[in-house]
Amino acid sequence: MAVPPHSAPESARIEVKKAAITLMMLLACTGVRAEQVRVGEGVYRPLYRNEPDQPVAAFLIDETPVTNEEFLQFVTAVPRWQRSKASKLFVDDHYLAHWAGDLELGAGARPDHPVTQVSWFAARAYAKWKGARLPTLAEWEWAASASETNADTRGDTNFLRRILNWYSKPASSGTQPVRSVYKNMWGAWDMHGSVWEWVEDFNSSLVTGESRADSSLERPMFCGSGAAGAADVEDYAAFMRYALRSSLNARSATSSLGFRCAHDAPADAQPATTQKGSP
Amino acid sequence: MNVLKSKSSRAWRAFPGLFVAALLATTATGATLPVEEAVLTHAPNVPPPITRRSPAKVVVNLEVRELVGKLADGVEYTFWTFGSSVPGPFIRVREGDHVEFHLHNFPDNKLPHNIDLHAVTGPGGGAAASFTAPGHTSTFNFKPINPGLYVYHCATAPVGMHVANGMYGLILVEPEHGYPPVDREYYVMQSEFYTEGAYGEPGLQTFSMNKALDETPDYVVFNGAVGALAGDNAIHAKTGETVRLFVGNGGPNLVSSFHVIGEIFDKVYIEGGDRVNANIQTTLIPAGGSAIVEFKCEAPGTLVLVDHSIFRAFNKGALGMLKVEGDPNIEIFSGKTMDSVYQPEGRSIPHDAPTPAPEEGKAKTLAQQKANGEAVYKQTCFACHQATGQGIPSVFPPLAKADYFNENPDRAAAYVIFGREGPLTVNGVQYNQVMTPQNLTDEQIADVITYVLNTWGNKGGRMTTERVREIRDGGAAAFGAGIGAH
Repeated sequence: MAVPPHSAPESARIEVKKAAITLMMLLACTGVRAEQVRVGEGVYRPLYRNEPDQPVAAFLIDETPVTNEEFLQFVTAVPRWQRSKASKLFVDDHYLAHWAGDLELGAGARPDHPVTQVSWFAARAYAKWKGARLPTLAEWEWAASASETNADTRGDTNFLRRILNWYSKPASSGTQPVRSVYKNMWGAWDMHGSVWEWVEDFNSSLVTGESRADSSLERPMFCGSGAAGAADVEDYAAFMRYALRSSLNARSATSSLGFRCAHDAPADAQPATTQKGSP
Repeated sequence: MNVLKSKSSRAWRAFPGLFVAALLATTATGATLPVEEAVLTHAPNVPPPITRRSPAKVVVNLEVRELVGKLADGVEYTFWTFGSSVPGPFIRVREGDHVEFHLHNFPDNKLPHNIDLHAVTGPGGGAAASFTAPGHTSTFNFKPINPGLYVYHCATAPVGMHVANGMYGLILVEPEHGYPPVDREYYVMQSEFYTEGAYGEPGLQTFSMNKALDETPDYVVFNGAVGALAGDNAIHAKTGETVRLFVGNGGPNLVSSFHVIGEIFDKVYIEGGDRVNANIQTTLIPAGGSAIVEFKCEAPGTLVLVDHSIFRAFNKGALGMLKVEGDPNIEIFSGKTMDSVYQPEGRSIPHDAPTPAPEEGKAKTLAQQKANGEAVYKQTCFACHQATGQGIPSVFPPLAKADYFNENPDRAAAYVIFGREGPLTVNGVQYNQVMTPQNLTDEQIADVITYVLNTWGNKGGRMTTERVREIRDGGAAAFGAGIGAH
């Protein structure tokens, strides 16, 4: 489904650029950036028991997934990540394919919706540009296991069922604005129910660096053997997340996959300004 | 759900009769083979038999789509599909062919998928080799070396859910010399669905993980939806013709007691393999397994395909129909030749005697009539019209909130007395079944009609024993009732 880049009239393009630059200057002046929330320390329990539990230190995570508008600021500032200019080493043909043009969102990508169809390389470049990083798999899973009221929802069947219902639906219905599903007890919005999200080590559950390369490590993910050694065979939602991650290449972009950024928690651990809604 | 038409008409879609025989391919061993695109058909259709006497390179293109479709009248479900249909398309290759398989995961899909073909000799049946992210295509090759009828399914974790949502189909590996010719071939696949709502609960239903773990499905169906093989969707044959059914069971959990009411399988290729058993009434088909059954249609009529684990057929949807047309063959089956009264020794005639008139001052109240009527209903009527009068979609018409019933309760009484056959339309849905005459007294009929009139949102009112007697005396023709007379 390669969508040819629209060539917007030059004047319109300049207008867009001007507006974007003005906006960025504003942002630079006021220091406004995506709100972050503090996620307290915890323990991440891997999907398979042969991996040890991992402690997760407190960290900061974006309150919402990165939006189309925010990603537009990025590709405006860093043109080599524009759709027509991005290296095919780092993105596949689906990269930003739903945008109307290199610097034009169009009807298929509302400004306040999460950006999707971005590769891991692109997500990482964005995070670096922001002075941030992608969350690790352990961090993301720990932050996402929180419901509105509990940090750790393992065994909460109602919460798992809500997630599973979202996973079951095709993405053709499109994305929805950020802050539209639920806010968890750390203050992070829509960890489930909106888009899948890249993590720094998305293929680490399969041990080798390249998830596609080693079929003997991958085989346990299939059929009945998928359950062998699993820590919680009833957490179907987790199986689906891990299956999705292991199906991806770092170049892959799909219509339901976005990302959000993370930061190490400040050394002084004073969450005063960044901590929103955390306990 | 059966076939959902999608707008994307991709070049790889196969059309019956399209063969690209002019192309040649060189295999790993250096042999040069003709290249053809596999003909894929949606159930209940089967691709034509293979006439080649030598192997070819067969290219299969299969697209995975996640989409909302119909599970029963008024009930929708988000199916995950091969080829936009449940079951997925029928694939037909020949023993020794070189198959080049392309699995396309549609870009709008949310999940990765793959395919495990039980016809493949190799790790995961191709599962790992075909593991595909949304918006990608995986290609792998295999050589089917064991002939038979095989299930294919998605095997991505959690596998049960991928199968429960509709990801299965059949691939036939024809033996080198093919199967003996028959007049008709059809594709039937049983499977079950686990929904949060109970059977028939309208609207978009979601997958129930708890019911799947408990193996208590709400729907057990042939070809992906209630009624997908019944009524207008029935399969057909003529008397004297031989029929071969390729039957699969996608599961995910239940084993099928596959039976065709009114036929005996002349031959069963047990579990889809080489061994043939003869003269079989019911054959077991395991989840993830198959059977090939063959029979000759001797007499006209509607043969009913069921899972003879029979509550699944009556209450969960596992019903299909094969309509056999042709002249009666009274030597094989005569039809009913006589209906006479059976009077065991020492007993009075129960229902031919005139119903005694209600004694003076002893007329029943509405409540009494309803209570008796309910008892009659539960003994006589509920098996077809169901406990809450909802009927069975496309098979037995509803009585609850039924326009046809409310329009004329006298007519309903006549059908109970004389029976009825031929098409009729209830609440906009057409039915075409036979209701036999019921051996009930006039009083029982009056009570049961009164019960139905005052239950399930029907219009109310009463039916009297006297009125039933008048209808009986008036004869079947007055209401177009009766069976076997046309």
